[in-house]
Amino acid sequence: MGLSGGSRDVDQLGPVGPREPLLFRRRSDREQLARSLTIAIASSVVVFGGLAWIVMNSPGWENVQESFLDPAVFADALPDVIAAFWVNVRLFLIAEVLILVFGLLLAVVRALPGPALFPLRLMATVYTDVFRAIPGLLIIYVLGFGVPGLGIEGVPNDPFFWAVVTLTLVYSAYVSEVFRAGIESVHPSQDAAARSLGLSRLQSLRYVVVPQAVRRVIPPLLNDFIGLQKDTVLVSLIGVVEIFRTAQIKAAANFNFTPFVAVALVFIVVTLPLSRFTEWLIVRQRRRQARTGGAR
Amino acid sequence: MSEAVLRIEGLHKSFGDLEVLKGIDLAVDRHEVVCLIGASGSGKSTLLRCVNLLEEIDAGRIVIDDVDITAKGVDVDRIRRRIGIVFQAFNLFPHMTILDNVTLAPRKVLGRKRPEAERAATELLERFGLAEKRNDVPDLLSGGQQQRVAIVRALAMEPDLLLLDEVTSALDPELVAEVLNVVRELAAGGMTMVIATHEMGFARDIAHRVCFLDGGRIVEDGPPAEIFSEPREARTRQFLQRIIEAGRL
Repeated sequence: MGLSGGSRDVDQLGPVGPREPLLFRRRSDREQLARSLTIAIASSVVVFGGLAWIVMNSPGWENVQESFLDPAVFADALPDVIAAFWVNVRLFLIAEVLILVFGLLLAVVRALPGPALFPLRLMATVYTDVFRAIPGLLIIYVLGFGVPGLGIEGVPNDPFFWAVVTLTLVYSAYVSEVFRAGIESVHPSQDAAARSLGLSRLQSLRYVVVPQAVRRVIPPLLNDFIGLQKDTVLVSLIGVVEIFRTAQIKAAANFNFTPFVAVALVFIVVTLPLSRFTEWLIVRQRRRQARTGGAR
Repeated sequence: MSEAVLRIEGLHKSFGDLEVLKGIDLAVDRHEVVCLIGASGSGKSTLLRCVNLLEEIDAGRIVIDDVDITAKGVDVDRIRRRIGIVFQAFNLFPHMTILDNVTLAPRKVLGRKRPEAERAATELLERFGLAEKRNDVPDLLSGGQQQRVAIVRALAMEPDLLLLDEVTSALDPELVAEVLNVVRELAAGGMTMVIATHEMGFARDIAHRVCFLDGGRIVEDGPPAEIFSEPREARTRQFLQRIIEAGRL
């Protein structure tokens, strides 16, 4: 962060800075960059080195090292943990598709005009409010244990099914708000232009407003999906044997917490590229907006 | 009844406490070109937006071909098909190519097949020198080109009436002429138009009739020669005086 912050300052100096001879300006840019780099490296060494020193010289360090960072347990747990992770992958891939559809539907319903549709809008609003208010944990319990417990003919018993349902219901509430913000960010003149050509409100949404909205909200959507990927471990509570449950089993068998560290590593490896990709999209979008003057 | 395509009677429109239109009466005949002039805030744009039903009116009627389009239960989408409007800020759809901008309404509203709609659109674009831009997105075009595309997009619906809302106000001065030339060509082709404009020279050339709006009313209404050379109303004279002082006439 410190490093990229420094180089960004240097970038800005170019066009904004005072009009000096080109050669001179370049050299001072380079000097500035070198200075920023040195400071960034030095402060990183001091901060992280200091933290490591404090942790490793703490009285309980050896015990913690043993129970959290045991190489043998790690090697034993990792293959099983990775194998179990495919359950999480399947879970969030299925849920993501359903969330996109359901979230967009909710957002569009809330954007529909006219007093006759008020009950629909109200339902969508209440839905998003309620499902954002209740902790996902409770919803998992209620759906995963409660609904199958009713014993109604034809209602699935499979915890994986209820895991997908829960994640879809909870995350659709968040995602619909993201879509709604996107829809509202499209300037009303776009709708006016579409309507003036004779398109209905629904056609205007379908062909003009929503396509522009979706493009704008891709970065925040990916952000929500990063959260979703991690929340897939919650479904271990209703008996889906996925990555976290597998790690729990491994940990209990070895009397050692190292399998959880393995889980953490797996999530970092999977989430990091998505986080970087999201940031890259945001930067690209900002650059584009700056070029075209934004609003239109 | 008459030849009037558009008849506006006793039109009132307020935004909150601000009454923008205070009783407008105006009739526009087929093939007639009417220019609305007046200071910013005099109600020109609001009047056009009311005719296109983009604003709900408070009182009065708007009649198109003897059909009251402000009556209750009227199908606004059907009416808007027959009235084209071009906005000051172009309002092209930035996520579509020029060709898709032009063909969207013919395809989705009139139910034309894509090849048919694209053939018609390409012909129109060719007529206005825009054919080679058809696969570009609007951002790649100059302001003048974008505004010409916006005019073509409105024309693709074959409207009975075209409303132009200060279509050159957002353009760099050197791009104004290309857009005005398109409008001239449309007028020569007999298109019925109501044009809100600050381009007085253009209004004098092109209009059959000029209406001067002030304070939400049509203060004076007549052929351009009369309005620009011997205005009857003091307020019209003052307005034109200011325009002349600003070097715009």
